[in-house]
Amino acid sequence: MNDTVHELDVRRLLCPMPVIKTQNRIRTLATGDTLKVVCTDPGALNDIPAWCRINGHEVLETGEQGNEVFVVLRVGEDNGALF
Amino acid sequence: MTEATQPIQRRAIALVSGGLDSMLAVKVMQEQGIEVEGVNFFTGFCVEGHTHAIRKKDQEKQKRNNALWVAEQLGIKLHIVDISEEYKDVVLNPKHGYGAHLNPCLDCKIFMVNQATLMINKARELAGDRGFDFIITGEVIGQRPKSQRKETMPIISQESGADDRLLRPLCARNLPATLPEREGWVDREALYDFSGRNRKPQMALAKRFGLEEFAQPAGGCCFLTDESYSNKLADLWKARNERRYELDDIMLLKVGRHIRPQPHYKLIISREEGENRFLEGYRYQFTSITTVSCPGPLALVDGQFHSDEELAQAAAIVARYSKGRVMDEVTLEIRQPDGVARQVTVAPAHPEAVLPAWNVG
Repeated sequence: MNDTVHELDVRRLLCPMPVIKTQNRIRTLATGDTLKVVCTDPGALNDIPAWCRINGHEVLETGEQGNEVFVVLRVGEDNGALF
Repeated sequence: MTEATQPIQRRAIALVSGGLDSMLAVKVMQEQGIEVEGVNFFTGFCVEGHTHAIRKKDQEKQKRNNALWVAEQLGIKLHIVDISEEYKDVVLNPKHGYGAHLNPCLDCKIFMVNQATLMINKARELAGDRGFDFIITGEVIGQRPKSQRKETMPIISQESGADDRLLRPLCARNLPATLPEREGWVDREALYDFSGRNRKPQMALAKRFGLEEFAQPAGGCCFLTDESYSNKLADLWKARNERRYELDDIMLLKVGRHIRPQPHYKLIISREEGENRFLEGYRYQFTSITTVSCPGPLALVDGQFHSDEELAQAAAIVARYSKGRVMDEVTLEIRQPDGVARQVTVAPAHPEAVLPAWNVG
C-alpha cells in the first residue's frame, strides 16, 4: 500500500464505459492502492460503487464538483487480473 | 476410493444480461454448490445504463444498471467486457443473418459464448483449478425466435468453441448431457426443461427462490431488436453509401429526434435537458445549431449543407422545436466544430413543412 492516488479520467463516457475503464485500470493496480475516477455521467455514482461492492473494492468517497462526479476507491484483495 | 480427497470446487462463468433468465440460471447453479462469476458484454447497442444516463426522465425513474444489480442480488462478481469494436463484424456480417430487424441474435450469442470460452480457457491456463470449468447461460428453447430454438442450441455450442462446456440450466433436460452433467459436477435431474415463450415456469422458479424484483425488458437488452433504432441504423448506412459505423454513431442513434431533410445531412435534435447535455459533448465533432433569441433544443448536423438555403432550412426546422415556434422569427447560431459561428434569423418551419418522410426511425 502506498499514499499515491492514481487518477482515471473517464469524462464524457457513458455508463457502462466508466465502470469498464475503472475495472480495467484496477487490474493494473495492487491491493490497497487508491484510485480516483472522474466522470461526467452521473450514473457512474451508482454504477461504480455497485461494481466495487460486488467485486470487493472499498469505496472511500463519492462526490460532485460542478458538472462532474468522482469516486475514490481502494483496490481490494483480488484485482481481477485473471481476465 | 482409497484416500480421502477434497472435492474440487467447480466454478462457472455466467453470461449475465440483467434479465430474469440469467439470474435464475445462476441461482440454479448456486443451489448445486457451483461457484459462479458473471460476465456482461458491452456491445455498444446495450439498452442498459445509456438511456438512464442520457434521458433525464428515465434517470429519475430508474438509475441502476440491471446487470450490476443482478450480480449484487446473487452475490457474484461481475466482469464487464467492452467488445464494441470486435462486435462490428457481428452486426455487419452476420453469418446466420438477421432477426426481425438488424438484430444478429444467433451470431451474437455465438460471439458472446466464444468470448466467455476464451475467458475460461485463459483462466484455466493461469489458475488451473482456481480457473473456471464451464459456462452457463439463461437460454430457454423457444424463448427467442432467432437464436433460442432447439436447432440453434447445438450450433451455439459448436461454433462458439465451448462445445459441451456450455450448460443451459433452465432447459438442460431438453438437450444432450453436457460435460458438467456427465462428470457429476452438477445433478442433471435438478436442472430444468423449460421451453417456449410462456414465462410461467420462470415466474414460479423466481418465486421459489424468493426473487420478487427483477427486470423483464420486452425486446431483450439490445437496441438492435428495436424497429425504430434499426431503421436509424439502416438510414445511416444508406446516407453514407457504405455499411460501417463508429461507437459515437450508434450512441447518437439512441438520442434525440432524427430528421433527414436531404440525403446528405441529418439533424439530431435534443428532446429534453438530459439529451441536450449529452449532445453538447459532440459539438467539437459536428456542426451544431442552437437558438439565440429564445430557449430551444441543441441540434447536431450529421453531414454537410450544400447551400445557404439548406442551412436556412435546417435552422427553420430547429426553430420549429424551440419555444419560439409561434413567433415570426427566431435567431439561431450555427457553430462549426472548430468554434467558428454565425447567426441566422429565420421563420420557424410550419409543422406540416417538416415532412413525415424526413423522420428517421
